[in-house]
Amino acid sequence: MAGPDYPGLDTMALHAGAQPDPTTGARATPIYQSASFCFPDSDYAASLFNIERAGHVYSRLSNPTNAVLEERIAALEGGVGAIATASGQAALHLAIITLMGAGSHIVASAALYGGSHNLLAYTLPRFGIETTFVDARDPKAFAEAIQDNTRLVFAETLGNPGLDVLNIPAVADVAHAAGLPLMVDSTFTTPYLIKPFDLGADIIQHSATKFLSGHGVVIGGLLVDGGRFDWDASGKFPTLSEPYAGFHNLVFTEEFGPAAFITRARKEGLRDFGACMSPTSAFHILQGMETLGMRMSRHVENTRAVVDFLLSQDVVERVGYPELDGHPDKALAAELLPRGCGAVFSFDLAGGREAGIAFVDALDLFSHLANVGDAKSLVIHPASTTHHRMDAEALAAGGIGEGTIRLSVGLEDAKDLIADLKQGLRAAGKVIAKKGAA
Amino acid sequence: MHFTVNGNSSYCYTNSRAIDPGKPSIVFIHGSGMDHTVFTLAARHFARHGNNVIAVDLPGHGRSEGEPLTAIESMADWIVAALDALAVEQAALVGHSLGSLVAMDCAARHPTRVHALAMVGTTAPMPVSDAILNAAEANDHAAFDMLTQWGYSKRHQYGGNRNSGMWMIGSTLRLFERSRPGVLFADMSACNNYSAGVERAAQVGCPVQLILGAEDRLTPVRSTQPLQAAFISPQVTVLDGAGHTIMVEAPNALLDALHEVL
Repeated sequence: MAGPDYPGLDTMALHAGAQPDPTTGARATPIYQSASFCFPDSDYAASLFNIERAGHVYSRLSNPTNAVLEERIAALEGGVGAIATASGQAALHLAIITLMGAGSHIVASAALYGGSHNLLAYTLPRFGIETTFVDARDPKAFAEAIQDNTRLVFAETLGNPGLDVLNIPAVADVAHAAGLPLMVDSTFTTPYLIKPFDLGADIIQHSATKFLSGHGVVIGGLLVDGGRFDWDASGKFPTLSEPYAGFHNLVFTEEFGPAAFITRARKEGLRDFGACMSPTSAFHILQGMETLGMRMSRHVENTRAVVDFLLSQDVVERVGYPELDGHPDKALAAELLPRGCGAVFSFDLAGGREAGIAFVDALDLFSHLANVGDAKSLVIHPASTTHHRMDAEALAAGGIGEGTIRLSVGLEDAKDLIADLKQGLRAAGKVIAKKGAA
Repeated sequence: MHFTVNGNSSYCYTNSRAIDPGKPSIVFIHGSGMDHTVFTLAARHFARHGNNVIAVDLPGHGRSEGEPLTAIESMADWIVAALDALAVEQAALVGHSLGSLVAMDCAARHPTRVHALAMVGTTAPMPVSDAILNAAEANDHAAFDMLTQWGYSKRHQYGGNRNSGMWMIGSTLRLFERSRPGVLFADMSACNNYSAGVERAAQVGCPVQLILGAEDRLTPVRSTQPLQAAFISPQVTVLDGAGHTIMVEAPNALLDALHEVL
């Protein structure tokens, strides 16, 4: 039986969470750049502090501009609520510290953004939280790594750097069988390409700096609660299911039901660790999100054109995009990501490190920098930049070759991008020819 | 707190406080397929203002065990049994939608136990469409979708939650999805079959307040005229911009309105 239709993604990307400003009639969401908000009277103030009324106290905890952004991403993802954070890293940290403390354990995909890997592998162990990294393509490996003290399973929807497609339904089943939530970083995919909650994920993290914004002018993160995980039934999450002395013995699952996780994250993690988003950043991210669907469609269209071009080039040894024959996740990608596999991918040049450097230095249109998801096309040569301390063996273990190039394909005309890439390939070809002659 | 009503383990939210016989008591009764959490903000508020708050989970809902009751009158009697179990002699009743009918029936048939009545998002009779009933009977998610969409004002289909960061459509859907199979159908059928509403309204002797959403599409304001006419001097508050899910759409205005009668 069909229920009523919900508004579509493009409509919600423009409207979700926003209303014309009730005071001024402003159609755009205003930037409420105010640290704090006045209370009409003392009882009203007390009721805000005691979670009796809806409203704002202090912008570290909530802010009207941020609230629009939070509601918009929650709507687009189909969750119950969200929190805007200072960065994607802050969102990941907020989720972890809401769920666990010292003595806990995380099972994470090995194919992670470097910043996430650093947090899990090096920083959190200092605070008593250990992580076991497993093959992102092997749900059984996730299951085998789960320990009695595991409190979270974490992976990216599209792994970094090899675009490993996460089998969300299978890994979610593994996590749920162990009474654990699955959290995914959906930065590369956004709700346009995949809806992780519909596939079984429980928590979503975004770096809103990337495709959600599109313009590359802000740093920001978003944490979204799907609201389906049963924290009480799991019995492994006392922060949510037992009285919290920091808030008059409030039991979050008892009082907030499906919103227990996101409410605790705001009432404790955002309050105490303070990694909130600036309202101006929220405003900028909202401007980007308004065109999310159109941009992601164009990102994918351009990426496919660039991939096709690179496949035809002699100096290109490998192109790693999940829609291609030979990619280990082609079938899974077709099932989970029918609209495309995003706009970040890598390819290998013949000629190694020198060819890679020559390629990057010869580009004009692609910007050489360490970011992805901009409307402008971006390029980086990991072996000489982000991973320059690693030798060839260590690079190989990370799925990176000396000639690997990572592209983030933007919204320019595809013909112009291809023309720019031709310049780079000519430069790389000269290096290869020179090495061959030597 | 967990307590026993009619032999079943039952639950009510009390803001983690014991019932104090020296304080006035307020019972909050949720709507169809819902549970006590819909009244968390209001319960916290009136607890701080010196009341015993008792936000129940009706049988089969939320944390209460047992089969769902199938008639409004049975639910009203269950409320009285719950008051007995909690040793509460008299209380104000606040009900939303189905819960409002339960509260009214209780106030009409057990007048010594109820000293004030607030009906939120209400009407009587409260007919339910065949589309919803059929979907609910089949435990089809479409029933949740219909009630969620029509439960909010048209503007709130796009959000605008006063409660920071919360997506109201998603929150309501998740709450429905937590209900056990058959519960929503039992609730919807109870609403649909309750024909004594206007008659009961005329029997209510305590102060009455109706809190209505101006854009309610499930229980439209215009449909409440027979109910309003039947009560003796009801106070009626119509909240601009709100639909049927007033606790979420207008949480602050709801508190202010409830203060008029509680």
